[in-house]
Amino acid sequence: MSARRSSSLLAITLLVLGMALSVSGQGPERGDAIRAEDKRSGYSFVSPETRAMQDDDLANPGFLWVLEGQEIWRTSAGAAGKSCADCHQEAPASMKGVAARYPAFDARVGRVINLEQRINGCRLQRQQAPALAYESRELLALTAYVALQSRGLPVQATIDGPARASFEAGRAEFLMRQGQFNLSCAQCHEDHWRQQLRGLPISQGHGNAYPAYRLEWQTLGSLQRRLRNCNIAVRAEPYPYGAQEYVNLELFLAWRARGLPVETPGVRR
Amino acid sequence: MAKALIRMPTEAKRGEVVEVKTLISHPMETGYRRDSMGQPIPRHIINRFVCTYNGQEVFRAEFFPAIAANPFLSFFTVATETGEVVMQWTDDQGTTQTETVRITVT
Amino acid sequence: MGKVSRRRFIMSAAGGLALLRPALRGSAEASPESAAAALKAIRGEAPIREGKVTLDIPPIAENGNSVPLTVSVESPMSTAEHVRSIHVLTEENPLPNVAHFTLGPRAGKAQVSTRIRLAKSQKVIAVAALSDGSFWSGSAEVVITLAACVEE
Repeated sequence: MSARRSSSLLAITLLVLGMALSVSGQGPERGDAIRAEDKRSGYSFVSPETRAMQDDDLANPGFLWVLEGQEIWRTSAGAAGKSCADCHQEAPASMKGVAARYPAFDARVGRVINLEQRINGCRLQRQQAPALAYESRELLALTAYVALQSRGLPVQATIDGPARASFEAGRAEFLMRQGQFNLSCAQCHEDHWRQQLRGLPISQGHGNAYPAYRLEWQTLGSLQRRLRNCNIAVRAEPYPYGAQEYVNLELFLAWRARGLPVETPGVRR
Repeated sequence: MAKALIRMPTEAKRGEVVEVKTLISHPMETGYRRDSMGQPIPRHIINRFVCTYNGQEVFRAEFFPAIAANPFLSFFTVATETGEVVMQWTDDQGTTQTETVRITVT
Repeated sequence: MGKVSRRRFIMSAAGGLALLRPALRGSAEASPESAAAALKAIRGEAPIREGKVTLDIPPIAENGNSVPLTVSVESPMSTAEHVRSIHVLTEENPLPNVAHFTLGPRAGKAQVSTRIRLAKSQKVIAVAALSDGSFWSGSAEVVITLAACVEE
């Protein structure tokens, strides 16, 4: 075979391969090609032992943070000397359904924010207390405690109106190839979910169980921590915690996981 | 030291064998890990758990670094009489955590 | 680098991805010899017989950081005949000892559950010391799957 013919053959092969690899999420809604009846929480991709750990509130280490969150809820903080309970009374009543609709557009700051940012909003504005850092014990505890009050309720974030731009930005983030490995979220979690990656099945990439206790972390962690792990896994530079790119992506993921139950605090590997 | 969760019955019949489930927060740092600068992270674990029932020791555990973080421990004890079941965890630094559950035995 | 790292590199080269796992686990490794030494410290010169001791542990564990384990020993747990203690060891962790549990007739049932760390695929051994001075053991092999993505 002449050099010219073999290089055209190579070019055609690469073109076809490139086209095949670029058709991720070309369904009716890009980034949401998994059929409704096939939509499954990460719960179904972990081992029976890990599921058993999540199912028993006493065996679930996430409840250690929930317990702390419950105490923080009742503790006065900041210059205003107020506790969450002072405004919101009992969390099981006042916070029911809240986590299920986050991330959400917040009129006061004029953008979509996630639950952690909403909690910090209260800290800064109402309690006049300093914001809590991502992955701090206190923020994880409060977020887990608030999200627990939505456990079992279907994830249902609003993507219309003022949230639309953020949603579309999140979708673009989900579909974008990134990192040294040049992989997008969709390529693993839309195109190859349930297939094995080094001995373990790939999940659909839903965030409905977060903050979650990951065995790998040996601690509770936020969805952003998990997303940063994915960035690093494909050798992409992660955004800083609290970046709007992550919040946009969280909103897109919440829409993608719509209907799945909130499982916080989940247990994952 | 830590947040602890305990589940055991608060009422039982005399002679009944009851299960005690415990969960406590602790990193259980093995002493084998290194930080991002390559420096060893010193060992720091809960090394002992003791359960007493109206002052009498009924169960004891000695932990080594191979016990997973946020130790979960479940064991059994006989409901002999009404009283206090006291659980105490001790870590390498001598810090203790004590939790008490009252049980009524009829 | 030990055999585990080389296998990982070969697998990753085959997969077209070069992944290096940070060395969370220690370089000092236990061996069946040091596990035997730990066993000797428990039983002295007395023989260990296989039996009476059951380990309930998954044969394949998703993550070596937390592997659930339940050890049960057949025993009436009476004052006359009971389990004095249960010892859990591993063959290939940096340290062979995992936990020592002290029971006695007040325990009612010789069963303990916890979650353990396993540095790699290996055998987990449980030894029970009975009130009559005898020692019994059971064991289980556990395979630890590696995490697919190296993340932090």
